[in-house]
Amino acid sequence: MRNAQAVPLREIPLLPAEEFCTEVLEAVLHEARLSALFCAPAGGELRLFAILAEDRLGVLHAISAPAGHAYPSLTPDCPQAHLFEREIFETWGVTPLGHPWLKPVRFPRKDPDGAPHAGPEIGLTHFMQAQGESTHEVAVGPVHAGIIEPGHFRFLCHGEDVLHLEISLGYQHRGVERALVQTGSGGPRFVQLAQTLAGDTTVGHTIAACQNLEALSGCRVPAGAQMLRAIGLEMERLANHAGDLGALAMDMGYLPTSSFLGRIRGDFLNMTAKLCGSRFGRGLVTPGGTGCDLDKKRAGEVLAHLREVFPQAMESVELLWSTPSVISRLERTGAVSRVDALALGLVGVAARACDVEIDVRQDYPTGAYAYAHVPVATAQTGDVSARTFVRHMELLHAEKFLVEHLTHLPDAAGPSGGFSAPVRALAPESLAVSLVEGWRGEICHVALTDENGRFAAYKVVDPSFHNWAGLAMALRNQQISDFPICNKSFNLSYCGHDL
Amino acid sequence: MIQHVFARLRQGRRTLPFPKIMPALPDRYPGRPEVDPAACDGCQACLPACPSGALSLEGGLCLDLGRCLLCGGCAAACPRGAITFTGDFRQAASRREDLLLRGQPFALAKPLEQKRLRLFERSLTLRQVSAGGCAACELDTNVLGTLVYDLGRFGIRFAASPRHADGVLVTGPVTENMRLGLEKTWAAAPEPRVAIAVGACAISGGLYAGQTEAHDGCTGFVPVDLFVPGCAPHPWTILDGLLRLLGRAEQG
Repeated sequence: MRNAQAVPLREIPLLPAEEFCTEVLEAVLHEARLSALFCAPAGGELRLFAILAEDRLGVLHAISAPAGHAYPSLTPDCPQAHLFEREIFETWGVTPLGHPWLKPVRFPRKDPDGAPHAGPEIGLTHFMQAQGESTHEVAVGPVHAGIIEPGHFRFLCHGEDVLHLEISLGYQHRGVERALVQTGSGGPRFVQLAQTLAGDTTVGHTIAACQNLEALSGCRVPAGAQMLRAIGLEMERLANHAGDLGALAMDMGYLPTSSFLGRIRGDFLNMTAKLCGSRFGRGLVTPGGTGCDLDKKRAGEVLAHLREVFPQAMESVELLWSTPSVISRLERTGAVSRVDALALGLVGVAARACDVEIDVRQDYPTGAYAYAHVPVATAQTGDVSARTFVRHMELLHAEKFLVEHLTHLPDAAGPSGGFSAPVRALAPESLAVSLVEGWRGEICHVALTDENGRFAAYKVVDPSFHNWAGLAMALRNQQISDFPICNKSFNLSYCGHDL
Repeated sequence: MIQHVFARLRQGRRTLPFPKIMPALPDRYPGRPEVDPAACDGCQACLPACPSGALSLEGGLCLDLGRCLLCGGCAAACPRGAITFTGDFRQAASRREDLLLRGQPFALAKPLEQKRLRLFERSLTLRQVSAGGCAACELDTNVLGTLVYDLGRFGIRFAASPRHADGVLVTGPVTENMRLGLEKTWAAAPEPRVAIAVGACAISGGLYAGQTEAHDGCTGFVPVDLFVPGCAPHPWTILDGLLRLLGRAEQG
C-alpha cells in the first residue's frame, strides 16, 4: 500500500504468529523498517499488526497475526522492535517470548478496557547495574532543572564516563490514543487531540491524522490546502530547528547564537501565527483541508518577514561553524554508528546524521510534496556535529521551499480551488496508514475502523518513540557532562512518546 | 572575534518595552472570548463544536475560559453571534470563577495580598512543573526568557530547585504519573509561596478533562493564585498575568 491510503481489513494478510515473525524479520533483513508494530482489536479478536516501510520503493506493507497470549519475540533478531514489544506486553498482556527485558514503557494506570492496571508505580523498575570501584549511578528527573517535560534518566557511570544511560518515561501518559478512539470517527475533539499529541509538532501530527480521515473517506484535499499544509509543516521545521540550534549553543555555553536564535525561533512561530492565528499552528490543518485560507497578500507579508529574518538566522548558525572551540565541542561527541542507527530503526534528523538517507517527503510523498521536492540532507559522522549540520541544511532547504511556494501559490480560485473539501463517513473495516516527515522525523498514524465505520483502534508513533534509544546509544563511553548537548542534538518529545 | 561584534550589531535590540508599549498580535489571533447571553436563543449549535466541553447553556450561556482552547469553533457555529473573540491577549484571572464568562466584564488578575506582594514584588523565583499535556505551554513559558520578553528585567526568574523558589508554575492536566512529582515539588518550596496554573490543562484538565490517567488540572493539589488560560496561552498572556500578580501591570 501507499502512504495515506486505506485498504479493507480483509485484504491485509492474516498469518500464523510464527509466519508473521518470519515475514517481519525477512523484510527487515532486506532493508525495510518497522514503522509500527502494535496490537489492535480486529475481526472479533486481538491482532498483531506490523507496518513495514520499504523506503527505496516508497511502499508500505501491513501484515497481521492473531495475538493470542504470546508469540515469538522479534527483538533478539530485530532490535528496532524492542520498545514496540514492551509496549504490546505492557498494554495488552501479550508476551513476546524471548524478549530480553520487558521493562515498563509508560506505567499506565488503566488497561484499555478501563480496569486498573496491574503494573508497577511510575518509575519503579529495575535498571541495569554495574559493580566495582568508581562505578556509580546518577539519577535525574522526572522534574528537571529547566522548563522542560518530565522524564527519568539513569546514568550508569565509571568515574566521569557513562557506561550506559537508561531512559525511563511515562510521566506524560494521558491516555490520548484511547481518547482518539473514543471520538468515534473524527470531529473537532479528534483534531484537537491530534494537535496536542506533541505540542511542538502540531502541524505534523495533525496532517498525519487528517490524511487518515481523508484516506478512509475518499476525500480529495484541494491543491491550495495541500500547499498551505506543506508551508505550515516547513514553518514548523524552521522554528524548531532554529530553536534547537540555539538551545544547543546554550548548552555548550556559546551565548551569541543561543541568544539570537532564541529570538528568531519566535519570529518563525509568529509567521505561523500570521498564517492561522496560533504560534503552534493550531487550527491550520483540518480534515479535508485547512482551517484558513492563504491569499497573495498574506503570503507576501509572511514572505517579507521570512526574507528579513532568515539571513539573521543563518548568520547566527554560521557563527557556530566559524568558532573553533564550538566545532571541537561538537565533533566526535555522542556519535551513533550507521549500523546502530539502522538496527535501532532511527528516523528523521538522527538517522540522516548517520548517513541513512530516509525522508518521508522524498520516499512517500503526499500532498504538495508529490510535486514539490525537498532535497534530503545527510551527514556521515553520526555525532552532535552531524545532527547540527543536518539541521542547518534543513533550515536552508525549508526556506527555499517556503520562498518558492509563498511566491507561486496554487490558484485557489481554479476548478479544484478552495481550502477545504467535505469529509464523509469513514469506510468500515478498513486500515489506513499515514506518514508525515515532521521536523523530528517520521510520524506514523494508523487508523482501524469497525463494521460501523467508527475507530476500532488508533495507533500513533511519534519519531521520538524510535529515537530515544538512539540518545541512549549516543551517551555510551561519553562523559556525563556531554549529556546536555547530546540530548539537545536529538531534542526528543516526552509527550509524543508517552501519549 | 570581530564577526561576533558585527553580528551583535546587526541583530540589534529586540526587547519590547512591555507593558509600556503593547505588542501587536497577528490579525488571526483569536484572543479572549466574550459571550452575550442575551443574544443566545439556546439553539445548542455551539455545543458539538466545542472540543473541550467549555460551553454550557444551563442558566444561560456560559463559556468556561478555564477549559476553552480558543479554537473559535463555537463562534463559527453560533448563528446569533453570541460568542465573539476579542483579540485581547490579556486573559489571566485571580479566581477560578472569574473564568466563567456569562457576559459580565472580565475581571483581570489582581495583585497578591500585601504580605506576599511585599516579598515578591521585585523578585519572584519560580520552579516550573510540567505535569502532563503536550509541552506547548512549557515552550511558551520558556520563551519568556528570550530577549523579546526578557523576563529577567522584571526580577522574575525560573530556578532549578523548588527549595530556591518562591512558588511553582504548573502546566499540564497533572497526570497520575506526575502527581507525586508535583506534590513533592510543592512541598519543597518554602512558605510563603505562590502557585500559578498556566494553560487550560493545568486549570481544568482542558482537552484531557475526565481522562482517568489525569487529575483535571492542578487545583486539587496546589492553592492557585493565578490562572492563565489558553491552549497554549500566548507568551504575552503569561507575562501579563505574572505582572498583574505582582501589581506591576496597568490595572485594567
